[in-house]
Amino acid sequence: MKLKPFLLAASASVLATAAHAEFTGGVIKIGVLNDQSGVYADLSGQGSVWAAKKAVEDYCKENQCPAKIEVIFADHQNKPDIGSNIARQWYDVDGVDVIVDVPTSSVALAVNNITKEKNKVHLNSTGGTSDLTGKACTPNTIHWTYDTWALANGTGTALVKTGGDTWFFLTADYAFGHALERDTAAAVEKNGGKVLGKVRHPFPGQDFSSFLLQAQSSGAKVIGLANAGGDTINSVKQAAEFGIVQGGQNLAALLMFITDVHALGLQTAQGLVFTEAWYWDMNDQTRAFAEEFAAANNGAKPSMTQAGVYSAVIHYLKAVHELGSDADGAKVVEKMKSMPTEDRVFGKGHIRADGRKIHDMYLFEVKKPEESKGPWDYYKLRAVIPADQAFRPIEEGECPLVKKG
Amino acid sequence: MFELLGIPPQALFGQLLLGLINGAFYALLSLGLAVIFGMLNVINFTHGAQYMMGAFTAYMLLQYLGIGYWGALILAPIIVGIFGIILERLLLSRLYHIDHLYGLLLTFGLALIIEGIFRQQYGSSGLPYTNPIPGGTNLGFMFLPWYRAWVVVLSLVVCLATWFMIEKTKLGSYLRAATENPTLVRAFGINVPRMMTLTYGFGVALAALAGVLAAPIYSVNPVMGANLIIVVFAVVVIGGMGSIMGSIITGFGLGIIEGLTKVFYPEASSTVIFIIMAIVLMIRPAGLFGTPR
Repeated sequence: MKLKPFLLAASASVLATAAHAEFTGGVIKIGVLNDQSGVYADLSGQGSVWAAKKAVEDYCKENQCPAKIEVIFADHQNKPDIGSNIARQWYDVDGVDVIVDVPTSSVALAVNNITKEKNKVHLNSTGGTSDLTGKACTPNTIHWTYDTWALANGTGTALVKTGGDTWFFLTADYAFGHALERDTAAAVEKNGGKVLGKVRHPFPGQDFSSFLLQAQSSGAKVIGLANAGGDTINSVKQAAEFGIVQGGQNLAALLMFITDVHALGLQTAQGLVFTEAWYWDMNDQTRAFAEEFAAANNGAKPSMTQAGVYSAVIHYLKAVHELGSDADGAKVVEKMKSMPTEDRVFGKGHIRADGRKIHDMYLFEVKKPEESKGPWDYYKLRAVIPADQAFRPIEEGECPLVKKG
Repeated sequence: MFELLGIPPQALFGQLLLGLINGAFYALLSLGLAVIFGMLNVINFTHGAQYMMGAFTAYMLLQYLGIGYWGALILAPIIVGIFGIILERLLLSRLYHIDHLYGLLLTFGLALIIEGIFRQQYGSSGLPYTNPIPGGTNLGFMFLPWYRAWVVVLSLVVCLATWFMIEKTKLGSYLRAATENPTLVRAFGINVPRMMTLTYGFGVALAALAGVLAAPIYSVNPVMGANLIIVVFAVVVIGGMGSIMGSIITGFGLGIIEGLTKVFYPEASSTVIFIIMAIVLMIRPAGLFGTPR
């Protein structure tokens, strides 16, 4: 059992610092709530659990643990009702202090509300909706890795500037797809581009050829895929089949994870351009992290969201350590906002008043098969989107927290 | 340029053709289900998982043994078919004498287990599979990928051959007789249990064949079958449970109707089949081509 040494170290340090510290239940309990079995299991799932545990291990190695720390996890199956039940159970009965990860926007918004009601902490890494730091922002939530606005802005702006000024959207017909389409259309039009049309497809879909054909006949230079996961994979695969890219039109995958590229294979995915917050092959530190991750996860490299879980947990531990308490969620988040963030995986950054974690975003292009050295060597960096331009300006988000301040 | 209901005719032809292509998958899958239900009276909920296994077997053959698409087209259905035969012998055959519902529950449970195993092993986001015949031809009204044309042709051939075998050959007549009155057919010295086993294996092989056909164009992932199986069941119900020709015709027909919905009102394209199912069940409870039993 690997946990033993650090639990021992933890209990020893509890004795050392127990003078003022008051941790609820005597433990700092971190709950990783995500998809363990469905479409998002590869990009969050056990990888995120590993990242949270790793963060605890690393933190305790460098600075003594402030208390005993436990990491637990559960499967929300991408369903808001199941996610809400688990969150309530965790907060009310199991003594969980912070819920991290939470893919699927609808579940993320539900957990966001419950966390505020119970005055705990929610650190979202995998959920997409920019409403978490907009209309739905709370003093208890931090949105860590990316959001729909950042993706739309990064990819939309970059493509319009390089000549892709007419767009057609293939949109998944639910809240997330609509948000992504709305945000991207805004970015396109702001930069002088034009939206020629859109088609809303049922979610989840299987065959997109009919929609692709409509996109093809629109004559738009860019076909924006406002969908995710399996839908995006099928859209890209079938676009290649119907010769859409050879025909001169470009595909813009608006939400793409490295696991999706892995599933597509470079032959099909090559040339795709999209925005991400993190890539494992950026510097020595990220590579070292990726290697440790791969050793524990069947050779897979971490996604940006799993790296985000690591980064978020490190920063959380710093904050509760300094406060000497995890009891008041809003206070912990306030502390987190007041400290600059820094860790070996995500580097330096900070957290805005509306709960938005700020860092550079990156525009990547998928390599050609001959450029890749092997599995998981997939991205070329096209551009860095500097932190101050990467996210929605705070005054445009309509976050009630900001108005007050 | 004249327009039909606001859609240029080129686009309409294109969508009709695409509908036909998707119908090819529905037909192939619902045919397998109809064969199994017609002969064994088993509602095979494992069908989606077996379709997925076909696609995964194609992937594994390529990955571990270097056997490409054309080899997989033959081998994968055989391998998955044998798996089906083992399943039938070990588990399914024990349930024939009790209510259909038990067979349904068993196959449904098996589907969940099989999908879980594949997810555990290969993750949930899917695997790549290269298109064996890339490229295509411009028909004037649309770009037709060679691969899709191949799918339609092959599936038509397989469907018609199956129909011919069951309805027009001696072997088929044994099969149909064994369904009507197994005891009597046994009295003529025909091994009925073995015939049932082989029929199940054949139905499963059809699902696996559809899986191999799907691998180059759809995402190869553990839930690919679960997404499709509900639609295919609706197709079988509309066609009439157990009717071979019914499942073929409704498979292609509903593909076309779904394709048209994608042009006129895309949001409804995933529900249109179920609306039709509800209407058909109200008017003809046994399905369009079924006979009430």
